Amino acid sequence: MSCFKSKFADELIANAAYIGSPGKGILAADESTGTIGKRFASINVENVESNRRALRELLFTTPGALQFISGIILFEETLYQKTASGKLFVDVMKEAKVLPGIKVDKGTVELAGTNGETTTIGLDGLGERCKKYYEAGARFAKWRAVLKIGANEPSELAIHENAYGLARYAVICQENGLVPIVEPEILVDGSHDIEKCAYVTERVLAACYKALNDHHVILEGTLLKPNMVTPGSDCKSKAKPEVIAEHTVRALQRTVPAAVPAVVFLSGGQSEEQATVNLNAINQLKGKKPWSLTFSYGRALQQSTLKAWGGKEENVEKAQKAFLARAKANSEASVGGYKGDANLGEGASESLHVKDYKY
Amino acid sequence: MSAFTSKFADELIANAAYIGTPGKGILAADESTGTIGKRLSSINVENNETNRRNLRELLFTAPGALPCLSGVILFEETLYQKSSDGKLFVDILKEGGVLPGIKVDKGTVELAGTDGETTTQGLDGLGERCKKYYEAGARFAKWRAVLKIGANEPSEHSIHENAYGLARYAVICQENGLVPIVEPEILVDGSHSIEKCAAVTERVLAACYKALSDHHVLLEGTLLKPNMVTPGSDSPKVSPEVIAEHTVRALQRTVPAAVPAIVFLSGGQSEEEATRNLNAMNQLKTKKPWSLSFSFGRALQQSTLKTWSGKAENVKAAQEALYVRCKANSEATLGTYKGDAKLGDGAAESLHVADYKY
Repeated sequence: MSCFKSKFADELIANAAYIGSPGKGILAADESTGTIGKRFASINVENVESNRRALRELLFTTPGALQFISGIILFEETLYQKTASGKLFVDVMKEAKVLPGIKVDKGTVELAGTNGETTTIGLDGLGERCKKYYEAGARFAKWRAVLKIGANEPSELAIHENAYGLARYAVICQENGLVPIVEPEILVDGSHDIEKCAYVTERVLAACYKALNDHHVILEGTLLKPNMVTPGSDCKSKAKPEVIAEHTVRALQRTVPAAVPAVVFLSGGQSEEQATVNLNAINQLKGKKPWSLTFSYGRALQQSTLKAWGGKEENVEKAQKAFLARAKANSEASVGGYKGDANLGEGASESLHVKDYKY
Repeated sequence: MSAFTSKFADELIANAAYIGTPGKGILAADESTGTIGKRLSSINVENNETNRRNLRELLFTAPGALPCLSGVILFEETLYQKSSDGKLFVDILKEGGVLPGIKVDKGTVELAGTDGETTTQGLDGLGERCKKYYEAGARFAKWRAVLKIGANEPSEHSIHENAYGLARYAVICQENGLVPIVEPEILVDGSHSIEKCAAVTERVLAACYKALSDHHVLLEGTLLKPNMVTPGSDSPKVSPEVIAEHTVRALQRTVPAAVPAIVFLSGGQSEEEATRNLNAMNQLKTKKPWSLSFSFGRALQQSTLKTWSGKAENVKAAQEALYVRCKANSEATLGTYKGDAKLGDGAAESLHVADYKY
């Protein structure tokens, strides 16, 4: 094969396939300390370790929610945190058959000579860090590459750098037993139409799979976390879920090999309800779809939960109900069975778009 | 989309999908004058236009053959030839529900500085030639790129040249209404293992699809004609199931689902081997978002040629031999071949010619 021989091959393949189990998806709870601070600020909660711990405990111990979740992406701090009664979060997950994942990139830096395009850093010592994370219980990893659409963007340079950074990260993960989520996010910012987004998405994904092949990555042991194909945030015409579904699935059909077991969409700036309805339309579409199509949502799973919680102990039960409702709705969407009847929590229809989003 | 907007888009997509119809495949009858000369001399037949015409008439009018076919690839001369009662071959094919195809490459030349690696030529004026061929009734085209496995081969250079030549050819075809068959043949010559063939095939196909994306080719309006993944010709044989597993895995790792059909070349395989291997692939239980069918030349015509030997009195028997192979391969595309085709003279004979050139 063109992929390298990994002692972890069988495990990687099994874990990647498990994450794509029908009816399940990923909770992205890997907000860095800085980013979670912004979320807390929006609900007037102080950004201290105990509050960060309390929020994650709220999410991970929601009764009935983990059955809809195959994996949770964590920030490094959370990998070592425990519940109030002293149980490691990773153990809570394992007992509920949820794979712990870990964010391993160190953010983005600008590419000199470009118009604000970036590359992602974090390759130095990545192998050793992955080993440690595996020992702590992590079984998959995530690395976010970011591209934008503009008059001259994304440039060939930005596409190449980000694709090859992703590929290098991916093979290092596999050498150390972690399933790499390959995330080439094309920001929704801009006034471009859906065809432009489709064009760029196909170009970017084609470059990613060439890079993964060059780096001998085992595709059966990876996941893809792409943006859906939508009009830009400032585009005059909005698109219906069916149109988003058609453009998105076509882009994937043109670029993502069948060996990839699952595609786990990012929610970008979509509201909770939009992200669910679009995922549902994608799963209802008739056409060739040789990969599971599910979710890896952060904001689109936590928005109403955060608002309901407000940092107050007495709101935990209410907040957990909100989280359960979104988890269940997305579980249904991952099999095309969402009826649009999730109890809309406060903020469920609110756009979560933040311009030029940085974690 | 990253594909260019072609006025022929709907037609290209429909024709490509039609070629992949379950139960059908392609007869590759596009041997150049030089190559068909070698075939004819092997059965002691003179290489003149009449004999070339007679052979193709034998093939295209064989009872029961056309229903097993969705396309026939022709050499330029044949595109304009007629049957003995004056009917254009392309009309016979069309009436039989078969799309005429046309070979458009002009053979290979060596790449300087490599160890005998080649690139394929034919891009000059290709657009105009495609237009002409479309007017004459062609609806798909074929271009054969050739790579080999060796200690240092295929080189990154030859992979790049061949992939980008294929992509440029493909988009020119689509601009002119012809579905391009993308054929990156990795020769079976050598003593390498099946794993080596798999690694090289995956690398080559990944490069091809990157090139096709760069050139804005509409994948839904293309076909792929790859080698199966097998051990080298000087290595021990393996079972059809092993070939099927390695081949389909290589395709799963590289060929986007948007491609409607994969039509395998037979390389040096005997008629029976080629059929059994295709059958095993279609029996394999795994993700296969494209049809898996045949585009066989030698592996469809070998027994037919031997039976005919250039004699009019042998035509009927020769046509029956063709029908036997067409039907067997038609069943193989459905995974229902029982291995019971009447083996014609030579059906089990290896058709491998070292360093094969058309």
